[in-house]
Amino acid sequence: MLTSKATSDPRLPSNIFLHSNFRENTERMAGDLELKLLGSWASPFAMRARIALNLKGVGYELLKEVSGTKSELLLKSNPVYKKIPVLIHHGKPICESMIIVQYIDEVWAAAGPSILPSDPYERAIARFWIVYIDDKWFPSSLRTLRGLNEEAKAEAEEQLANALPLLEDAFPKCSKGKDFFGGETIGYLDIALGCYLGWIKAIEKMTGIKALDEAKTPTLVGWAERFCSGDAVKEVMPEADELIEFTKLIQAIMNAAPGRQNMHVSKNDR
Amino acid sequence: MATAEKGVVLLDAWVSPFGQRCRIALAEKAVEYEYSEQNLADKSPLLLKVNPIHKKIPVLIHDGKPVCESLIIVQYIDEVWTKNPLLPSDPYERAKARFWADFVDKKVYECGTKLWKLKGEAQQEAKKEMIEILKLLEGELGDKKYFGGEIFGFVDVALVPFTAWFYAYETCANFSVEAECPKLVAWSKGCMERESVAKSLHDPHKVYEFVCFLKKKFGME
Repeated sequence: MLTSKATSDPRLPSNIFLHSNFRENTERMAGDLELKLLGSWASPFAMRARIALNLKGVGYELLKEVSGTKSELLLKSNPVYKKIPVLIHHGKPICESMIIVQYIDEVWAAAGPSILPSDPYERAIARFWIVYIDDKWFPSSLRTLRGLNEEAKAEAEEQLANALPLLEDAFPKCSKGKDFFGGETIGYLDIALGCYLGWIKAIEKMTGIKALDEAKTPTLVGWAERFCSGDAVKEVMPEADELIEFTKLIQAIMNAAPGRQNMHVSKNDR
Repeated sequence: MATAEKGVVLLDAWVSPFGQRCRIALAEKAVEYEYSEQNLADKSPLLLKVNPIHKKIPVLIHDGKPVCESLIIVQYIDEVWTKNPLLPSDPYERAKARFWADFVDKKVYECGTKLWKLKGEAQQEAKKEMIEILKLLEGELGDKKYFGGEIFGFVDVALVPFTAWFYAYETCANFSVEAECPKLVAWSKGCMERESVAKSLHDPHKVYEFVCFLKKKFGME
């Protein structure tokens, strides 16, 4: 399924990560907005920022970081963590994906529906779940990928089994009968959770674990379908097969060059 | 005590720097509330009910509705009681404040714990890490009165409770915060002049006694 414009030169594996299969129509010139996003196609955290920008209809320049390397601009813009995504607006960097999303929501408040809920209590609930997802959940999913051994699989399966029913339960309270955690339109918690859906599908295929199960979490399955088909999302959500290929390539490179410690499957900025 | 009552309750534990963040924020906003000291060795049914996932303090209960996670609580307090805002009005400055408060959250407590739990080489590593963390924060503070500039703000609230732990960190790991980060220590003294901070923080020697108690408990003496 992957139709990458793979390099003809096998000595340059980094080109593989810039493969052309990925839809690039989000890469628009920023014009006088002077808005750049340092990101990568595989990163769920960069996707959060891109979804937010799409929801607000804001143009930006996507600067792709190549996995395994860190550009000068990245090191300069995020000296503390050296991680993507970084939003650079009029030369000023904003780091940490959910902080970026909130910044976008505040700066372009008039440009589209509100991403954060307006009620302080609802905001607190959304923030609570986002911390839970990022602290408890994704790190263990990544371990499944890195480990791909029975122990890692079992641990990830347990984490997912604990986390998803809680979110299934939280959905009606947050959505109040509407399509998304945020209500009628994609909101803060939708973006935080939904960005992982590509990786969830990839993990399901690679491990045989059924993470999003119609039988156990039917509400979330319905939500996931709606989320992925949203205009703001579908052009930036990677396909599971692309992510699987990507993971295999990373694994192969790591196995071939054990000294290369700075390779990451995806840039985890929490 | 019914949780459906009107009013503000804070489930907390005296030594917790996370709880202190909430106490300071509530004091800055002059919010009346009931402080409820929790026994973490024997958690109350109320605590287990309002924070079933993490079973941790602090929890703010406002008109019966619980809010968990200290920085989420502080933001909630700031958004509900809008007098004396803790976050600036400019979106970029707000993003910066959130970034640094999050940095404090990610780094300070965990590294601090290593300082009193570990020994030898591992403790030395942790000490190096803590000094790096504090220097980064000092760099962000610069010559400002507070992290928030002239205004005592979100990052100040996030970090100041840990200053009561400096003495414990210094004594366990044998270093001096003032020698490494004099501006940060000057900032902490400035914060202690605020009533909200002075009333919420405990004497560093008391905190050190508590750390010694923990060390004994975990068999680390």
